[in-house]
Amino acid sequence: MSRHVSLVVDRIKCDGRGLCAELLPELIRLDDWGYPILAPGPIPEQLVPLAQRATEDCPVLAIALRRAERGR
Amino acid sequence: MPLLNTADRLAALPSTGRVFIDALERSGLRGRGGAAFPTGVKWRAVAERSRGDAVIVVNGAEGEPQSQKDRALMTARPHLILDGAFIAARVLRARRIVLYIGERHTAARDSMLRSLGQRTEPDSGLVGVAAAPARYVAGAEAAAVHLINDGLGTPTNTPPYPFERGVDGAPTLVQNVETLAHVAVLARTGATPGTVLVTLAGAVAKPGVVEVETGATASDAIARAGGTSRAPRAVLVGGYFGRWMEVDDARRLPLHPESGIGCGVIGVMPSNRCPVCDVAEIMGYLAGESSAQCGPCFFGLRALADACTRIAQGGSSPDDLARLRRWGVEVRGRGACKHPDGAVIFLSSALTVFEREFAEHEPHVARRSA
Repeated sequence: MSRHVSLVVDRIKCDGRGLCAELLPELIRLDDWGYPILAPGPIPEQLVPLAQRATEDCPVLAIALRRAERGR
Repeated sequence: MPLLNTADRLAALPSTGRVFIDALERSGLRGRGGAAFPTGVKWRAVAERSRGDAVIVVNGAEGEPQSQKDRALMTARPHLILDGAFIAARVLRARRIVLYIGERHTAARDSMLRSLGQRTEPDSGLVGVAAAPARYVAGAEAAAVHLINDGLGTPTNTPPYPFERGVDGAPTLVQNVETLAHVAVLARTGATPGTVLVTLAGAVAKPGVVEVETGATASDAIARAGGTSRAPRAVLVGGYFGRWMEVDDARRLPLHPESGIGCGVIGVMPSNRCPVCDVAEIMGYLAGESSAQCGPCFFGLRALADACTRIAQGGSSPDDLARLRRWGVEVRGRGACKHPDGAVIFLSSALTVFEREFAEHEPHVARRSA
C-alpha cells in the first residue's frame, strides 16, 4: 500500500486567480478563462511539497490535497 | 373534473421493512430521472444511515424543457407516486416527505395535493410541498436539497451526497416520480410494470407522452405517436442532456434506462430545419441555465454557445470548430454538478452527427439579405 496524493479543486470557491498554475505549472494549467485544469492521476512524489505550497497560497483556499490509501 | 376518491379503491399498502430493498435490488429497477442509478443501491445507502430521521424527496421538478412524462404521471397516477413515497418512508424510516414539483406544473401539483387529501394513512402527515424553480438544474439532487434547506435551487459540492447529508442534514432519498410509481407496483404486485414513459417531441404526428414496454425500440414509440410528420434528419435522445443520433441508429435503440435514454425524451428533428442553428440555440439556453457558480461552466458554456452562434450566423469557420472541440473536452468534469458535462456531451454528439452541416454551414444572415 502506498500513499496516493492528488489535488482537488472546489469549483464553486475557485475564482480563477491563477496562482496555483504559477506555483505548480508541472501539474496545473489554466483554461482560456483562467480556471485551473489539473493533470490527471496522482502527484509524483517529488512534486508533493510544491503542491502543498500551491494549496496553501491559493487566495480563496479553493484547492486542496487529498490523501487516499491505494490498493485494498 | 370531479373524480371519485380513488384512494378508497386502493387496497392497504403492504407492510414491509428493509427486506423490500432486497426485492428492489432483484428487480433491477433504475432511476427514471435521467441518471439511471440502481434504485436498490440508493435505498440501501439511505437505510444504513437512517436513525428514523431520513427524508424522502419526491422529485417532480422536471426541468428538462422537452420532457413531460413526470407531470403527466403526477396528473394521471398521483396515488401510485404517493404509494411509492409512503413505502420509501416506511422502509427507510423517514420522518419527512417533500413533494418537490416544478413551480409551473400547477396541474401536476394540484393533482398530487388532491390525492394526498384523499389518503388516510398516517404517512400523509409527513408530507410537505416545495416548488422547484423553473430552471434546468433545479431537478438535480443536490439542487433539490439546497432549495428545500435554504431556498436556493443551485447545486452544491458533492460529497456530501444527499444520502449522506441532505435535507435538514439527514440522510435523504431524492427519487424521481416515475421511479416511485414503479416502486409502488413492485410493492403491491411483486413485479415492476416493465414499462417506460417516454416523451415524443419534434416532427411526430402526435407529440406527447407514451408508455411503452421496456425494450421496445424508439421506432415503436414513434409509431405510437402517429409516426414522423416529416422526413427526419436526426433524433435527439434524452433531451438537452442527451445525445444526437442518426435516424436509423435511433430507430433501433431499445428503450430502457440502461440504453442511455436519460429522462426518456425522443426528439425528432425534421430535415427542413437547420441543425446548426438549433444546436446554437440550445447551447445558448444551456449556457443561460448555468447557475454561474463554477467558472468553467459559466464562462465555458457561454463561449461554446457563442462559437456555435458565430457559425450559425456567420458561416462555418475552422477556428471556431477547433475551439468547440478543444473546449468541449476541457470543460468536462470541471463543475460542482453535471451541468457542463451534459452540455458538452450534447454538443459533441451534435458535432459528430452534423459534422457535414457544421463544416459547410453558410451564413444565414447574408443569404437572407442576398
